[in-house]
Amino acid sequence: MNIWYAICELLPVEMLQWDFMKNALLAILLMAPLFGLLSTMVVTGRMSFFSDALGHSAFTGIAIGCICGISAPVWAAVIFSVGFALLFSYVRSRSNHAADTLIGVFSSTAVALGIFIATLGGDSFTKYNQYLIGDILSVTPAQIGGLAIVLVLILIFWFFHSNRLALTAIHPQLASSRGIRVGLSQTVFTVAIAVVVTLCLSSVGLLILNSLLVLPAAASRNVAKNLKQYHLLSVLFALIAGVGGLTVSYCLGSSAGAAICLVLALIFAVSFCFRKGRG
Amino acid sequence: MRTSLHGAGCGDSCCLRVQNLSVKIGSDKILSDINLHVHCGEMVALIGPNGAGKSTFLKAILGQQDHEGIIVFSSPGQRGRKPKIGYVPQSPTFDPGNPVSVADLFVCCQSKRPAFLGHSKAMRKSILECLQRVHGEDLIDKRIGTLSGGEVQRVLLALALEPIPNILILDEPLSGVDVEGQTDLMDMLDEIRDTYDLSILMTTHNFSLLNRYADLVVLIDRGIAAAGTPEQVLSGEAFSRVFHRAGGAQE
Repeated sequence: MNIWYAICELLPVEMLQWDFMKNALLAILLMAPLFGLLSTMVVTGRMSFFSDALGHSAFTGIAIGCICGISAPVWAAVIFSVGFALLFSYVRSRSNHAADTLIGVFSSTAVALGIFIATLGGDSFTKYNQYLIGDILSVTPAQIGGLAIVLVLILIFWFFHSNRLALTAIHPQLASSRGIRVGLSQTVFTVAIAVVVTLCLSSVGLLILNSLLVLPAAASRNVAKNLKQYHLLSVLFALIAGVGGLTVSYCLGSSAGAAICLVLALIFAVSFCFRKGRG
Repeated sequence: MRTSLHGAGCGDSCCLRVQNLSVKIGSDKILSDINLHVHCGEMVALIGPNGAGKSTFLKAILGQQDHEGIIVFSSPGQRGRKPKIGYVPQSPTFDPGNPVSVADLFVCCQSKRPAFLGHSKAMRKSILECLQRVHGEDLIDKRIGTLSGGEVQRVLLALALEPIPNILILDEPLSGVDVEGQTDLMDMLDEIRDTYDLSILMTTHNFSLLNRYADLVVLIDRGIAAAGTPEQVLSGEAFSRVFHRAGGAQE
């Protein structure tokens, strides 16, 4: 962290004189490639609604962790989210409902359970607000360390598994004829998303998480011609939005998460105007 | 009905031999007692109404479906070696916005290098060689969502031909392809069969091209209802019975 602080102090930028801004910037520099990559597959695999549901289930896990008196509720949330993701995959493979219907069922159940548990015995809901809205400015060095570890793990996972994931999303029958276990491949990705979403929830909040999981790839998809461009632009858009949103929020005193979301939405709008194959 | 084709004296020239194949899913018997020999260089068309078990039969041959009975592959001069099967699955409608190029699809299928890092010059050369076999070199940088039905089939065919298989299996290759494209595709399959001396087994609903291209037509209706030359099967009693029941011939 000291090296990072020294680098920040060398930069002639006013907002970086504050330690919390240095932390927030580093967290964003780690999150942008992480979510830029994941979002490419979330969008290709039509899982944007699912990642949203996972965020809600993670929140429920945290509520359960708090009520059970576990010192680090985030680990209770990880276990709950992974269980939620596995149960969802199981039900989806054995049901003839459309995926969005099942997501609706799981998501509303998870939210209801979370609120029910959090408010048991007349408890106030306010202490859970940090998980819903999140505050990137209050991110701690320990949480940044966690983000770095998650990023490295996802990069390794991506390096060895992304071809299989892509082929499964593009053409499941072709994937299975090439020896890929389609169900397993989808479940592994679902679990990876569940773990990442949950670990990042407490530091960044649900709002920014979901925008980062969908918007970078959605914007990139408007203009990319192949997988390389798709990944590169997605990460680049996430970086621009992260740094841009943080700066905007510092200058205007607004919520950083909301500012990042809005910059991403702006990027999407611009990329939409330059999209390929306009009629 | 139990039908055996080329039953005796097939010997080494046989490329695929299916004996007493039955498939049961739950308590439902999807296919029963199928006996079929496919010879090297032969083009065999499987026809039958929807739900007759054609795709299940292909899955059983590909080893993706539990079954009873024997499926043996062999090729002359390669006894004991595992035969290569090329498979062209039923083509989906690709999402038009999907930023995946034809080259990306090849890298995903054939290389361990992650496709998101792009592809090397050597890889591009080998992809072009694969696409040359289906006269589709110009497709390499196109996004898969923008390809026409015929182009998708050519790309999937090029993928199935690397490495050159002993038997090529295609599931409804003509669906979603326009009339002109269908003849082009069948001409190409004919050329590939001659060039590489491989057998082709395909399912189809298009009967008008069978006379010109197929050596053997097998009518599937939860078993083999009829088999023989296109003339024999298409004018046979079993054909009109099966398709009359299914609501008439589709084409």
